[in-house]
Amino acid sequence: MTARKKRRAVVDESACVACGCCAKVCPLSAIQIWHGIRAAVNADRCVGCGRCAKECPASVIEIQEVQA
Amino acid sequence: MKKHWYDYLWIVELTYLALGFFNILFAWLGLVFFFVPLIISAVRGTKGYCNRYCGRGQIFGLLGGRFGLSRKKDIPSWMKSKWFRYGFLIFFFVMFFQMLWNTYLVFAGVRNLHQAVTLLWTFRLPWHWAYHGTLFHPGVAQFAFGFYSVMLTSAVLGLLTMVLFKPRSWCVYCPMGTMTQLICKAKSGKE
Repeated sequence: MTARKKRRAVVDESACVACGCCAKVCPLSAIQIWHGIRAAVNADRCVGCGRCAKECPASVIEIQEVQA
Repeated sequence: MKKHWYDYLWIVELTYLALGFFNILFAWLGLVFFFVPLIISAVRGTKGYCNRYCGRGQIFGLLGGRFGLSRKKDIPSWMKSKWFRYGFLIFFFVMFFQMLWNTYLVFAGVRNLHQAVTLLWTFRLPWHWAYHGTLFHPGVAQFAFGFYSVMLTSAVLGLLTMVLFKPRSWCVYCPMGTMTQLICKAKSGKE
């Protein structure tokens, strides 16, 4: 049996400018700005829809497949 | 998604930029856009201004997003590199202090008032139609011309990168954003 895979947003934290564009468009409030420094993804909530990655002006968010 | 009152702050920003075409002294109001982000980051340790209240970002988001005036391409990697962001912040600071120095010279009576707006730190645009005299010292008007130059220059740069890259590309290298992020980092490191 193959393991189930889930899509999830992954932030390149060192390059994130913490503008909050991602948090604004996330339909599940799964991404937030942590202490004004970087975006942080709530892995339990994120479904990997990719809206944040599309919106991110610095293009530092990637949608990756991870083990569920 | 539910709209909040702060989602309409682009109207305030647009009004601010428009007022500068009628009376340059309104440029002083722009200090709010300078101090509020700094106060929020220093007091609350967040980038609440960028995240919620930045009308400038909202304008770029609207024009580039809803109005489709953006190619929506990735910003070049050098533009999001730390050296460029911090370098641009330093450059912005230097130009800002130069503007303050010019204002001082007018206050000190060494220089006459220049009724011009300098775009992109280079192009001097005549702006006399927006100056109708002042009850205060001409230096007050000189600061207004200088400050409005800063605001208009950043708007033009933001529009340019909005068209070329993603709508809110300005947010990547915005000096205020870089500065507030640094304040948040410093504050978070202390706790």
